[in-house]
Amino acid sequence: MKKLSYAEALRLAMEEEMNRDSSVFVMGEDVGVFGGCFGVTGDLVEKFGEDRVRDTPITETAIVGSAVGAAMTGSRPVAEIMFAGFLGVAMDEIFNQAAKMCYMTGGQAHVPMVLRIPDGAGIGAAAQHSERTEAWVTHVPGLKVVYPSNPADAKGLLKAAIRDEDPVMFFEHKILYNHVGDVPEEDDYIVPLGKGEIKREGSDVTIVATGIEVSHALEAAEQLAEEGIDVEVIDPRTLVPLDIDMIMKSVEKTGKLLIASEETKRGSFASEIAAEVAEGGLFYLEQPIKRVCAPDAPVPFSSVLEQAYLPNPKKIADAVREMF
Amino acid sequence: MKESNEELVGLLEKMLVIREFETTVQKHFAEGEIPGFVHLYLGEEAVGVGACSALKEEDYITSTHRGHGHLLARGGDIKKTMAEIFGKATGYNKGKGGSMHIADVSLGILGANGIVGAGLPIAAGSGISAQILGKESVTICFFGDGASNRGTFHEAINLASVWNLPVVFVCENNMYGISMPQYRADGRKGQNIKDVSDRAVAYGISGVTVDGNDVMAVREAVIEAVKKARANGGPSLVECKTYRWRGHFEGDPTVYRPDEELEQWKKKDPIDRFVKVLKDQEILDDEGYKELRDKVKGQIDEALQFVQDSPEPDVSEVTTDVYYGGAE
Repeated sequence: MKKLSYAEALRLAMEEEMNRDSSVFVMGEDVGVFGGCFGVTGDLVEKFGEDRVRDTPITETAIVGSAVGAAMTGSRPVAEIMFAGFLGVAMDEIFNQAAKMCYMTGGQAHVPMVLRIPDGAGIGAAAQHSERTEAWVTHVPGLKVVYPSNPADAKGLLKAAIRDEDPVMFFEHKILYNHVGDVPEEDDYIVPLGKGEIKREGSDVTIVATGIEVSHALEAAEQLAEEGIDVEVIDPRTLVPLDIDMIMKSVEKTGKLLIASEETKRGSFASEIAAEVAEGGLFYLEQPIKRVCAPDAPVPFSSVLEQAYLPNPKKIADAVREMF
Repeated sequence: MKESNEELVGLLEKMLVIREFETTVQKHFAEGEIPGFVHLYLGEEAVGVGACSALKEEDYITSTHRGHGHLLARGGDIKKTMAEIFGKATGYNKGKGGSMHIADVSLGILGANGIVGAGLPIAAGSGISAQILGKESVTICFFGDGASNRGTFHEAINLASVWNLPVVFVCENNMYGISMPQYRADGRKGQNIKDVSDRAVAYGISGVTVDGNDVMAVREAVIEAVKKARANGGPSLVECKTYRWRGHFEGDPTVYRPDEELEQWKKKDPIDRFVKVLKDQEILDDEGYKELRDKVKGQIDEALQFVQDSPEPDVSEVTTDVYYGGAE
């Protein structure tokens, strides 16, 4: 084990995979000498050169579209879109090209690419640089969607995503980049896609959370433990494919479900989890499902407004208390 | 480059296959036997055939919504092509793609594409792979005059230029993006330049305009561009001026263009013109031409029979191939 930040763990995953497989390359805006907008790619360009760590012009459509073409012809691109808010610029390339190519060709072609997408609020970046967009892509058949919540998972999931044969949308919460944790040093440390993890065992209520909300949920759970409420925290880690069995088993045990997400509530992936449990596990539930999400509004700029907008451990704990 | 007589007749044969194929599709579509939309390549045969004749086996193409001709020009199997258009299980895409997505990926075809202009960034990506993997492959990107107004045109050609990618951008300027003329001196127009190739200079690459109804002119220009790309000389833009004989899609009443215009272009039929060249050079005689047409007709009839004998896809296929190697 080694203490690494989430950003360092992501970089290590790319470095190891680039060493292992010469068809893996990185591209995006300012990922080279600049080291990435959030410093994630760091010194990779010094280690692998400009051919394999490609600084692109400001050209999101071509970044994603050319990643599709590269992936179809034997390379494994790891492309970066600087902010989730820029996804719209390249949306055709994501949902019409990357996602559908395998199906449309009757399985002849496939697209083993990773799109790294920094997202989330909390740094005063306002409405176009802070949003959560995972529900845009979880809705699209053909994409896999990943969201690590800590440095170890960040490394293991990114390596799995790079080795995967399908297009993977890989979300990274900006606030998590500086979170430090123990990261396995083995080259073959992989967290398989589609496998969730119980981050805290408990018997009274299930909280499903991803990304930044996992740490919020764990913090809330500590407060609630002092009040005698035993919280189970489940991190699905990948949204597509979703480890619904793990969630269902937990709900069967606790009888209560709360989903915590920084997404705006309407049409969110949190809603999808709620729908899955309502459909397949309604009779495990002792009371209605709760969602703690952001309001249906763009992310505001002012720190006061932004903090009011965001879910946090207190809001999660308060919502749990209402269930008892 | 001096072609053998056999190669020259081969070019004619490919154009004849596309002509006969598309005429057959037109007929069966009108009879309601083919679902969806079809966009026919009639009149544009010289572009696909001339351009693909410049490629080697390890090369790639990206195709468009008007893609039957590209696939057949690249050597696609006529039966599997026809079966796909009819939505049969034996089609190239197992009946999941249809006319707009038809491709033989093993021939280096990176999809036909239902989104105008979507192939340009994909072709750039294929060029990146050549650099990453150290391959000598070149990618031809087919697109139309309509696509040249999309952002993908700008972004992909710019990227290809700055990274010196081995891609040849072949613009099939068939004069219309659905109903919008590419250029007219007055009135409606999609762009204010006569030649799409003028745009090449803005990206620092070479651009030429050729007669897209002259298969040898297309071939020569694309051979030159492919040679340059393979020698690490970067991308080029080759504009081929041509004309679609049919509407944008089958069923399009073409109210936006005068009938005389079509008649003028039919006088420049790429097949008739090339037959005349071959006859003048005594490479082909009337009897040889008839034999060739009979042979092609036989192949299309066989393909129709293949469609008749082919099963519909099994409904279990609805959810396969969403992900590589099977369902989620």
